Amino acid sequence: MAEKRTKVKKNIYFRVGLGITLFFVVLMFVGLIYTPYDPNAMNSSEKFLAPCLSHPMGTDNFGRDIFSRVLKGISMTGLVAVSTVAIGGTIGTIIGALTGFYGGIVDEIVMRINDTLNGFPSILLALVIVSILGPGKYNVILALGILFIPSFARIVRSEYINYKNRDFVKSARLMGAGSLRIIFLHIFPNILPTLLVTITIGFNNAVLAEAGLSYLGIGIQPPDASLGSMLSDAQSYLFSAPWYAVMPGMTIVLFVLGFSLLSEGICSK
Amino acid sequence: MLEIDNLTVEFGTKKVLDGVSLTAEKGKVLGIVGESGSGKTMTALAVMGLLSPDARVAEGSSIQLDGKELIGLPEKKLAAIRGNDIAMIFQEPMTSLNPTMRIGRQLEEALRLHGQKIPSKSWLREKVMEALKEACLPEPEKQYDRYPHELSGGMRQRVMIAMGTICRPDYLLCDEPTTALDVTTEKGILELINRIRTEHNMGIIFITHDLKLLRGFADKVAVMCKGKVVEQGSVEQIFNAPVEEYTRRLIASIPDRQHRRNVKAAGAEK
Repeated sequence: MAEKRTKVKKNIYFRVGLGITLFFVVLMFVGLIYTPYDPNAMNSSEKFLAPCLSHPMGTDNFGRDIFSRVLKGISMTGLVAVSTVAIGGTIGTIIGALTGFYGGIVDEIVMRINDTLNGFPSILLALVIVSILGPGKYNVILALGILFIPSFARIVRSEYINYKNRDFVKSARLMGAGSLRIIFLHIFPNILPTLLVTITIGFNNAVLAEAGLSYLGIGIQPPDASLGSMLSDAQSYLFSAPWYAVMPGMTIVLFVLGFSLLSEGICSK
Repeated sequence: MLEIDNLTVEFGTKKVLDGVSLTAEKGKVLGIVGESGSGKTMTALAVMGLLSPDARVAEGSSIQLDGKELIGLPEKKLAAIRGNDIAMIFQEPMTSLNPTMRIGRQLEEALRLHGQKIPSKSWLREKVMEALKEACLPEPEKQYDRYPHELSGGMRQRVMIAMGTICRPDYLLCDEPTTALDVTTEKGILELINRIRTEHNMGIIFITHDLKLLRGFADKVAVMCKGKVVEQGSVEQIFNAPVEEYTRRLIASIPDRQHRRNVKAAGAEK
């Protein structure tokens, strides 16, 4: 009975997480093609308007519509998160698969480099990379992508170590399957569930990291809207126009919550 | 003929196989019996070239397949021999099939990998069906699209046998193929292996810890203990006139009154 109840509860995590995530995916695409106002259009007569019918989330210090900017910010943050996870996930998976499957000295060397990257505070490392490359969304994607490689590599590697000595892998080898065929055709489908969870957690972290970098002013550059940079701008008006900070802040919370619930739900499925 | 001669395998300084010499012939069943850790599986893995990288095959060891030396053969050539000339079936039918691949797809993979010419998809399916039917898998059409977890242990072992024999190898290494199965399923699997052997004149190397399985099934029996072959001979010889103390104890451990009496009598005569 108790077991059943936790199962139902986990299932609720999954459903709610999926719901929130899908909602944000829709918003992402909407933000790409349509916003009620031009998100960068300034209007000095409409500064600091509280949320009302014509501006559901109010306006900011330049009289820009916050709702439009949040929409644009979601698609920007989403774009960064997707590209980051795609880069980190692909390279990390390949590195993890090869090192885990072959093992040996190369594995040791690559994994120690991996540990070093992992041991470094990631936001600091992102700062370093971005300050070398210069700010801007492509450099942020690149920096975060590199940062995400180690976590993927480590998880995928451990899965490959786990699977490489299974009997079905041996029997595939017995049938004459080459190593690459075994790695990608025989083992890879088996690690997909784990990879899926890692990817959702990855999105989660990517959203937070992008917001963090933009908040520090080295991420997405103005006038482009991003959830992080909006927070940073709103800081000075926290008491005079609280909605300016609350709206993008809540959006980030919801965004991340969706991914967290989703990965929790998949994990326990 | 598959001839293993003076095969010695070491892990560091520890010898796990010590001068093992065995001969398997086409159409015959060679039974290898011994307790856990006696080196039965290690012998099979050595034949398949599947020893772990830290194992070392000592000099003077030889494994010849119809006069062709297998030890030291490059991986590519070995890959061609595996499955085509020698195939292997593992002990655990639960883990020897890929859980993410449908049954039919796995068997097709076996055919694909053996570098045979594949004229068409329907030919592949036909071949797979044929193999599944030969392995007496119930409702092969249905099983074709199923995943391994939907099959029982006995059915999976039948799939494994179909997979091992689909390319008509000359020799089939069976590493305790029935240990994980119940007694009635075990009987069916043994009958199946025996039938395939006579139909295709296949040489069977049957590894087991269960000596009584080999009675009426094996042509020759080798008894292994601590990495050595302690006794080798025909089934009658091993059962009725075991020379080694170890073999006698092994036979005595079979819960069969008649035999125990025989062995005791043989021991007393000595």
